[in-house]
Amino acid sequence: MKLLYEKSRPGRRASSLPRPEVPAAEVPEQLRRASPPRLPEISEPELVRHFTALADRTFGVDTGFYPLGSCTMKHNPRVNERVVNLPGFRDLHPLQEEDASQGALELMWRLQEILAEIVGLPSVSLQPAAGSQGELTGLLLMRAYFADRGEGDQRREIVIPDTAHGTNPASVTMAGYKLVDVKTDPRGNVDVDDLRGKVGPQTAGLMLTNPSTLGLFDEGIEEITRIFHEAGALMYYDGANLNAICGISRPGDFGFDIVHFNLHKTFSQPHGGGGPGGGPIAVRERLEPYLPVPAVVREGEAFRLDYERPKTIGKVRGFCGPFGVFVRSYAYIRSYGPALREMSEVAVLNANYLLARLKDTYEAPFDRLCMHEFVLSGRKLKREHGVTTLDVAKRLMDYGFHPPTIYFPLIVPEALMIEPTETEAKETLDAFADAMLAIAREAAGQPELLKDAPHVRPVKRLDEVRAAKRPVVRYRFEQHEDPQGAGEARQLEAQKGA
Amino acid sequence: MSFLSLTEQDREQMLETIGVDSIDELFEQIPVGVRLGRALELEPALSEPELVVHLTELAASNIDTGREVSFLGAGIYDHYVPAVVDAVLARGEFLTAYTPYQPEMSQGVLQAIFEYQTAICELTGMDVSNASGYDGTTVAADACYLARQATGRSRVVLTEALNPQVRQVVKTYAPGFGLDVVEVPHRDGTTDPDELRAAADEAACVIFQQPNFFGCLEPAPDLAAAANDAGALPVAHVDPVSLGVLEAPGAYGCALAIGEGQSAGNYQSYGGPHYGFLAARSEFIRRMPGRISGETVDSEGKRGFVLTLQTREQHIRREKATSNITTNQTLLALAGLVHLSWLGPQGLRELGETCLALSRYAKERLSDAGLELVFPEKATFKEFAVRVGRPGKDAIRDARAAGIHPGYALGRDYAGLDDALLVAVTEKRTTAEIDSLVEVLAA
Amino acid sequence: MAATETYPDELRYHPEHDWARIEGDEATLGITWYAQDSLGELVHFEPPDTGATIAKDASYGEVESVKAVSDLITPLSGEVIEVNQKVVDAPETVNEDPYGEGWLVRIRLSDPAEAEALVDAAAYRQLLEDA
Repeated sequence: MKLLYEKSRPGRRASSLPRPEVPAAEVPEQLRRASPPRLPEISEPELVRHFTALADRTFGVDTGFYPLGSCTMKHNPRVNERVVNLPGFRDLHPLQEEDASQGALELMWRLQEILAEIVGLPSVSLQPAAGSQGELTGLLLMRAYFADRGEGDQRREIVIPDTAHGTNPASVTMAGYKLVDVKTDPRGNVDVDDLRGKVGPQTAGLMLTNPSTLGLFDEGIEEITRIFHEAGALMYYDGANLNAICGISRPGDFGFDIVHFNLHKTFSQPHGGGGPGGGPIAVRERLEPYLPVPAVVREGEAFRLDYERPKTIGKVRGFCGPFGVFVRSYAYIRSYGPALREMSEVAVLNANYLLARLKDTYEAPFDRLCMHEFVLSGRKLKREHGVTTLDVAKRLMDYGFHPPTIYFPLIVPEALMIEPTETEAKETLDAFADAMLAIAREAAGQPELLKDAPHVRPVKRLDEVRAAKRPVVRYRFEQHEDPQGAGEARQLEAQKGA
Repeated sequence: MSFLSLTEQDREQMLETIGVDSIDELFEQIPVGVRLGRALELEPALSEPELVVHLTELAASNIDTGREVSFLGAGIYDHYVPAVVDAVLARGEFLTAYTPYQPEMSQGVLQAIFEYQTAICELTGMDVSNASGYDGTTVAADACYLARQATGRSRVVLTEALNPQVRQVVKTYAPGFGLDVVEVPHRDGTTDPDELRAAADEAACVIFQQPNFFGCLEPAPDLAAAANDAGALPVAHVDPVSLGVLEAPGAYGCALAIGEGQSAGNYQSYGGPHYGFLAARSEFIRRMPGRISGETVDSEGKRGFVLTLQTREQHIRREKATSNITTNQTLLALAGLVHLSWLGPQGLRELGETCLALSRYAKERLSDAGLELVFPEKATFKEFAVRVGRPGKDAIRDARAAGIHPGYALGRDYAGLDDALLVAVTEKRTTAEIDSLVEVLAA
Repeated sequence: MAATETYPDELRYHPEHDWARIEGDEATLGITWYAQDSLGELVHFEPPDTGATIAKDASYGEVESVKAVSDLITPLSGEVIEVNQKVVDAPETVNEDPYGEGWLVRIRLSDPAEAEALVDAAAYRQLLEDA
């Protein structure tokens, strides 16, 4: 399929702009653009066809089952799209006077109250733009809190389990902390004996996802809380897996001091091909003074932005955060009300059903019921038939499914991490399970079907080695490069598995 | 509940397959001591029609740009978003796809990102762009982190004429990054290259804005030269829709170009979501934060696209990653691509010329009416600062009573400018609207 | 294209899957067959600067495949006297010939006695089997 730049023709143009009758004004010569940017010259009909073709080559939740672990690919309600486009939201400038933005401020304030109730922590900031940014904000709050208490230099370490999502260690580095790893035990819980030796006066805090990326609720959470709080450290909850426990258990109640939410996971903000998201945080009262500025507050019947926050860590993002994301999440939660609990119950039911159907054929590393997601290992298939989890994933595409997460978490070899979410019908779950079982049979009898997969997508398996060795990251106008590679056939060694 | 698909019968069958009697049994792994044990205290559920009524009421109490002529800018602008942008973003595939880690399922998104990267490189004159950052503030923090790793230096220099929120975000990230932040004051609305040169010794990077927060055109090539002279990376924070008439940062010696993408293709939306862009010279490709889409071929030699150089990113490099960013702003960047493609090079130039011409008209009419421009000697693009003879917020209140928002009260961020407003004039403004603005401000 | 699994007897090995060929007061360093097999086809080699000092058990550079990054752990301390430009230009050389053309750096040893802490091929093979 051609690129926009390959469809460009000199003189074609989609735009029409007002040309007011006023004298032209010039840019001083030394600052003037010398040669125009090579944006595509394309008409509106061609533009629409191009993006329609691109959409046709993209698989979304709207297209089919998308069981990526810890991503919570649930259905995105259409009413949310209608309300986010109301002109009073869509066309509102963030620096509009407060008296003219009361609807926006009220929505944010109400969302803060709702999120506080869901996790059991009273003070919320909606500002962070994504989960990772929420993590960094939480760590910066820890820094500010301990510095204020004169313990900043003493407490330089953050403890993270070996099942942690990669954002956690990356955030730790960006916050200027040192990372300390803790092991997972055979039940899938944090290894409390390993933990005890690693927590002390040098510890600022813990970052934990619960349930973990293994889909398991940590059975030792009360002991873990005791260990950290006795050491005077803080506990940070990564809310990526909140979909499992809404209305059932609250991180604030089981000991966490800081929580981030992923509005694009639990609270239905569509994933948009990679973003946008929202990563609000909720904190215990003693951390409230350090929250980003401005705070959204209520004064009687009116809502205000409070900039008078002398202990704030500052700002992590422009304005109050990604407001359009708040509108959707607010609408979503208002659609459920207290029945939000049912969202989590069904998420956990769907996951356990799939686990029950698959665990005899694939290996389930932990002999436990799961929560909203579970991990399988493709190790048996690799050992017995030489097919990898990567091959299984690519073959699933031929059955019309998006593959689950693969090769994560790192502690399970040939991992498949599966999160169906609560919005899926039983027929879909059964079709997916049937496909997985069929693929296991194919692995034994016709492994080449897996190795050559996918067969039905617009492209066959892509050469990622070549993309990394010879990065081509923009259209090379000057080279008119032949993208076919002049008959070169690449060995796909890198596709054989991590 | 309309978002759930299971029937009662389904649930029973499923519980049986799992081998439990009730859903409650599935939650037994949660220790009793940490169970909530009560219903969430949330307002009762709203049906879809009731939800729409509720949100419409909230929206109606906001004064948006449809209800008031707006000259408000200061980083977010009232530019025209063409209908094709809405049409493309309404496609459910783009809206509901995830990050394209499985490239064969996501060629549409990957190609769109590649095309976006190309457009950003073309605008900025750089060699590599990422797939977007969160917004125009956080990409400045990203640039500082990159510069620190690349140069080994820990000082960063910001101009005072750089957007105040951008500076504030950099200062928030600075302690964690181990950075020491220095500001160079503006001199009559722009930055003096000699002062910058003096501050930039031992700096990892220098960040200046073009046009700057006051709307003034900085002596950008001289600022870049001053930074280079000091061994600091010059970083230009630029307005995407100015780059049809203003020179590209890559053409005058910058190492990085960053900015807020909202003007290209996004509605104002009370501040977000939008997209930040970050582009760099090729030597920095392995230090880039965020995702990058790269071209390759499949097993039959057909062209395709994949996320590339993923080893930079958090899911592989973990604590040594170039950034912790995962979720970015792809959908908004897609809107940016559609907008820039709709404009084309001719349209982008015309857009810039119209902003220049209309804002000049506004400056002249205001001057004629006896209002003093704050920086009369300085060339501007689409925004300028004007003194209104009384506190900015009073002028705003009075103008709004006449249905016009006249601009941003600069006194909020800069000393000595309590009586000044920052007035933004985009292609959506008419001469009649400008004449009305002059009338209310001069009154 | 990739080599067959071998662990040459004349080399000394480090548990982090690096080898050293010691010749007098100089040594050549690289990664073992096991390391290149685990990483997959290498796409990038980030070497130290010539003249840099590297310390035993510390990282002196990185190699990358598409899916992973690995620190290079030096089995011995010394000064870097040469970097293998061939591997910088064509990292897959390491996969093809990890002990020959795929050498990574040559160093002048600062403490030749450190070699005693390294294991021989048989012991390294045993280490792999135990894992």
